[in-house]
Amino acid sequence: MTVPNTVPTALAPEPVDHAIVVENLVKRYSGRPVVDGLSFTIRRGELFALLGPNGAGKTTTIEILEGYRRPDSGTVRVLGLDPWHNSDALRPRIGVMLQSGGIYPAATPREMLQLFASFYPDPQDPQELLHLVGLEEVSHIRYRYLSGGQQRRLALALALVGKPELLFLDEPTTGMDPQARRLTWSLIEDLKRRGITILLTTHFLEEAERLADRVAIIDHGHLIALATPRELMQYEAEHVTVTAIRDLDVTALARLPSVQAVRALGDGRYALETGRPMELLVELTRWAYEHGILLTEIRVGYQSLEEVFLRLTGNEIRE
Amino acid sequence: MRALIAQTSMELRLTLRSGEGLLVTLVIPPALLVFFAALGIAPSGYDRPIDFLLPSMLALAVMSIGLVSLGIRTAYERHYGVLKRLGATPLGRGRLLGAKILAVLAIEVVQALILVLVGVSFGWRPSGSIVLAFLTMLVGTATFASLGLFIAGTFRAETTLALANGLYLLLILLGGIAWPVERLPGPLAIIGLALPSNALASALRQTLTPSPGWPITQLGALLLWTLLILALARRTFRWE
Repeated sequence: MTVPNTVPTALAPEPVDHAIVVENLVKRYSGRPVVDGLSFTIRRGELFALLGPNGAGKTTTIEILEGYRRPDSGTVRVLGLDPWHNSDALRPRIGVMLQSGGIYPAATPREMLQLFASFYPDPQDPQELLHLVGLEEVSHIRYRYLSGGQQRRLALALALVGKPELLFLDEPTTGMDPQARRLTWSLIEDLKRRGITILLTTHFLEEAERLADRVAIIDHGHLIALATPRELMQYEAEHVTVTAIRDLDVTALARLPSVQAVRALGDGRYALETGRPMELLVELTRWAYEHGILLTEIRVGYQSLEEVFLRLTGNEIRE
Repeated sequence: MRALIAQTSMELRLTLRSGEGLLVTLVIPPALLVFFAALGIAPSGYDRPIDFLLPSMLALAVMSIGLVSLGIRTAYERHYGVLKRLGATPLGRGRLLGAKILAVLAIEVVQALILVLVGVSFGWRPSGSIVLAFLTMLVGTATFASLGLFIAGTFRAETTLALANGLYLLLILLGGIAWPVERLPGPLAIIGLALPSNALASALRQTLTPSPGWPITQLGALLLWTLLILALARRTFRWE
């Protein structure tokens, strides 16, 4: 934030290019901090993914931003508004997809969309939305009889009815089959192209990798990493993974001058730690050549957000 | 306004779409009226059973829609996160509650029409003050809708289901609906007298006689119950 020191932060005008500003956010449940000094900003038009193991504080953070919960301390601005005190002004401008439920089990997709359309000043046509999320054929089926993926797509459509400037998507593709997931991803990419700001949480790191402009990883209510998916993955060059068609001699690998540690990952895969990745690559290939070993894969850094996540939080993302 | 109308229409459709809701609101009160009227037993002090029964069943109709149907439906809406989701739309809580009340009143009009038609077929003729009866029904609706919503926002959905149905049966038997409380044995009569169903039924009887009067005591009792329930709900009601 570029606020002159002489101007109190609370009185400074909100920078126009920020959809969400979170500063030192703290939320406690019965004394225990669930969100503990969290700060980040989301630019307008950005797709921002919030990742973290279960209980990390993701949903609490999102629900504070949506105006459901009051922060214990810290500052939160959503589209320039305080979501707790100005929720009446905020609600017409945001779209919300809860982690689960939120829809009358006995209502049909068409009824739900028509109902929600009546809440907003300039709603999107329910018929168009049914088409957009691929629910035209089940538009007269009650929600409780829809498949898990269809239910999630209806929840997404309902988040879009009010033509929101800002979308909150809490686990949007959980319960979808791969095909529906891909459809939803291209839908989200399309929304992003239209300039809608999106805050996403997900259990699928592939989803964050593919969709997000930036990824924040939180754990125990703290921010532990914030960068683009690419930066996060390339960050750790001192981590090298080697794959060979037969088992390697771990002690011989450990004797290479640049290797600090070796760990067998199984299936002929080995993780090497080094402070000098350039040298390591030379030593490694020379050693393999001299011993007549064919290395089928050498990788510097992490291949997926999944590995970064595991490394940073020590946790699998799924339960 | 458009949002309120759409939400009210949704509330109505959902009420009529649930088999249990339909049973308790539109079937049970007329069925009980037919059953007791056909038995032909008039409590002492009443010339004809229907003079006792019709006001009873009007009160029961208010309990059916407010306590049982509204209560259980709202509890499940809370359970399924619908109340929470609606809270993130511009509808707002005020209009959501308004829509629920409007839907309850609309159902009550249908219930009252059916009951009066059944009553007429058993020899009941309109008498008394329709305006006072209408006012009494409104006050009773406030009491029982508050009770239903209080239970729905305080207890789990399954508990609400059991509690609302249990209270309903208790009030039918002890609360001056199926039988006058004065004719109940000793201590039960005292309990019965204090119950809101008795206040509502007895107030309706007082307004639907040839010489109707303001049922001040009963209306006061209903308002007291309403205030008590709302005070409790203020402390315990949860939207999610």
